[in-house]
Amino acid sequence: MSKFDRREFLKTTAGAAAATSIGVGGAFWSTNAWAQTWKPEKGAKLRVLRWKRFVQGDEDLWMANTKKFTEKTGIEVRVDNEGWEDVRPKAAVAANVGSGPDVIVGWFDDPHQYPDKLVDVSDVASYLGAKYGGWYPVCEKYGKRAGKWIALPLGIIGNAIVYRDSHVKAAGFDGIPKDTAGFLKLCQALKAKGTPCGFALGKAVGDGNNWAHWLLWSHGGKLVDDKGVVVVNSKETIAALEYAKQLYDTFVPGTLSWQDPHNNKAFLDGQISLTANGISVYYAAKNSTDEKLKAMVPDIQHARFPIGPVGKPTELMQITQMFLFKYSKAPAAAKAYMAFMMEADQYNPWMKASIGYTAQPLKAYAANSVWTDDPKATPYRDSAALMLDHAHSGPLGYASAACLADYIVLDMIAAAASGSKSPQDAAAEAQKRAERYYKV
Amino acid sequence: MQKFFNNRNVLGLLFMLPAGVLLLIFLTYPLGLGTWLGFTDAKLGREGVWVGLENFKYLIGDSVARLSLFNTLFYTVVASVAKFVFGLWLAVLLNRHLPFKSFFRAIVLLPFIVPTALSAIAFWWLYDAQFSVISWSLMKLGLIDRYIDFLGDPWNARFSAVAANIWRGVPFVAICLLAGLQTISPSLYEAAALDGATPWQRFRFVTLPLLTPIIAVVMTFSVLFTFTDFQLIYVLTRGGPLNATHLMATLSFQRAISGGSLGEGAALATLMVPFLLAAILFSYFGLQRRAWQQGGKD
Repeated sequence: MSKFDRREFLKTTAGAAAATSIGVGGAFWSTNAWAQTWKPEKGAKLRVLRWKRFVQGDEDLWMANTKKFTEKTGIEVRVDNEGWEDVRPKAAVAANVGSGPDVIVGWFDDPHQYPDKLVDVSDVASYLGAKYGGWYPVCEKYGKRAGKWIALPLGIIGNAIVYRDSHVKAAGFDGIPKDTAGFLKLCQALKAKGTPCGFALGKAVGDGNNWAHWLLWSHGGKLVDDKGVVVVNSKETIAALEYAKQLYDTFVPGTLSWQDPHNNKAFLDGQISLTANGISVYYAAKNSTDEKLKAMVPDIQHARFPIGPVGKPTELMQITQMFLFKYSKAPAAAKAYMAFMMEADQYNPWMKASIGYTAQPLKAYAANSVWTDDPKATPYRDSAALMLDHAHSGPLGYASAACLADYIVLDMIAAAASGSKSPQDAAAEAQKRAERYYKV
Repeated sequence: MQKFFNNRNVLGLLFMLPAGVLLLIFLTYPLGLGTWLGFTDAKLGREGVWVGLENFKYLIGDSVARLSLFNTLFYTVVASVAKFVFGLWLAVLLNRHLPFKSFFRAIVLLPFIVPTALSAIAFWWLYDAQFSVISWSLMKLGLIDRYIDFLGDPWNARFSAVAANIWRGVPFVAICLLAGLQTISPSLYEAAALDGATPWQRFRFVTLPLLTPIIAVVMTFSVLFTFTDFQLIYVLTRGGPLNATHLMATLSFQRAISGGSLGEGAALATLMVPFLLAAILFSYFGLQRRAWQQGGKD
């Protein structure tokens, strides 16, 4: 799929590349109305820091789009790819010392930790929002602070239930139940059939945190209320933890140690029939040369997480955002770059090359054929529409970032589910730890 | 002026100055900054204000921090003792006239040569809940009937981490002690043999006293490396399950860098210093007792 996109991209950009060589770069600015707004500084050069790709097509197209930008504008852009957990400290250091990459592609609410160091990109966000059907509400919450856009949400790394259809049917279910009570029954039936499920309970940054927050929120529990007051030690949380205990009894052994790659491995090895993951499990099977994995492809299905007693979807996924630092010597050029990368001509091929790994933050891009070419990708299309922000329902900022990074919710669920602590003790400990962060 | 520069003390100070500046910049400043941060509420990307002992008070009441202290002490004591015993045993063995001696000495060094992160990944696979070759082999041999949950059970995870650390650390101890053994004159063993000393007595009264200075140095380093271990745990478990393998170093990183609480993370790192100082002082004063090193009582 990504190969096709690259070829298509080359066809469409070959003319632009040739034109650039004869000095059409300047024409790009004069013929694009929006580009007039962000006319680059003379001799502008940009440095961009982004997380290292999870899907090869993502990086290939990102670099190709960047090259296209350089060809059209003459602005040289250096892109550095870093391990995703290294991006946050590097961004913080850049904010502290006032020097570093112009644009950083970071995670979650990183921009809310140093909003005064960032350039207001409301003009770019408004332009893109107006042109592409508007931003999803959760993206707006992540991108905005005090009414101004301090970051541009780039995409959502979707998370969904990944399961073996035949195993679910053999357990007596037509599909994934829509409610948590039915879901527990399914997991119990899968366990009875010897085809158990498994969810990461170790220090799993993505998969672990995602499903743990879903579990808490689905029962009405949450870390903080609307004002940022810690309220995790509640009867709703206790109910969630008691549910977690019952669910844990249906897991394959070893989930307490699982980090992010473990559920992928266990699923593809046929040791579990159901887990929570991005689309990567399916694509690993689809692109594999291993006959055993290829045979599994028709049987792999995706579904949204069940809805709990709270009565509405309560899912957490990863969001990635672009933000621009005030120390940048070329803020207009940087804004132009950010806008350019999110324009349909660039964004759609990029999203397609990312094989559904990244979902759109702008509503118009929901029409991208990546979600319909293979119907199994469709559940990931609605990631941004469904997800809640990880601070739910409080404000985003230092405390919400710290609570997520310190695995407060995940540790609480792991402790209660495994029986290492009573639900009451686990909730009380989480309350104490979260209060520490939200005190600031 | 010339007289000034010819002064022995002035010259001494001048010659020491570059080294002193380097030490100040690269050792004293970071340590001082870390200690200072421990007394502030600094956050990642934000300067903090002085909060006195607030971070330390919180950490003392924090069950995860207390657990990480316990884990660190357990990890250090068990791994260091095991590394010493295995290391000494290997050193004595390699000091003998064995066939292919050089080959075996090279082999012993292998775990030490492999980068920590790589060996941690290897152990990560060995301990995998679903794919462990150890569990697979034991199953095939009929010794167990289900895969061992190496990293999914708190105590299993602690012992598994210790085992991985021992594997990595034994070569360092063994090779250093082997170097020490090589310096002991064979004539001492010959004299002891002529006096009718048994192999155990030769080890107890010749080898051990003469090896003591190097044991003190090697074990000091071994304890310091083990106490401050980070990479192995971070790759293997990231502190899980249920924080059972969180060492002070890994928890400090999680709180300071991932969690953004620089002040609290720095305070946790600062709390490691007294333990490290104790290990160094123990070795330092041990080394001063030269008569004791030479077999005397003091």
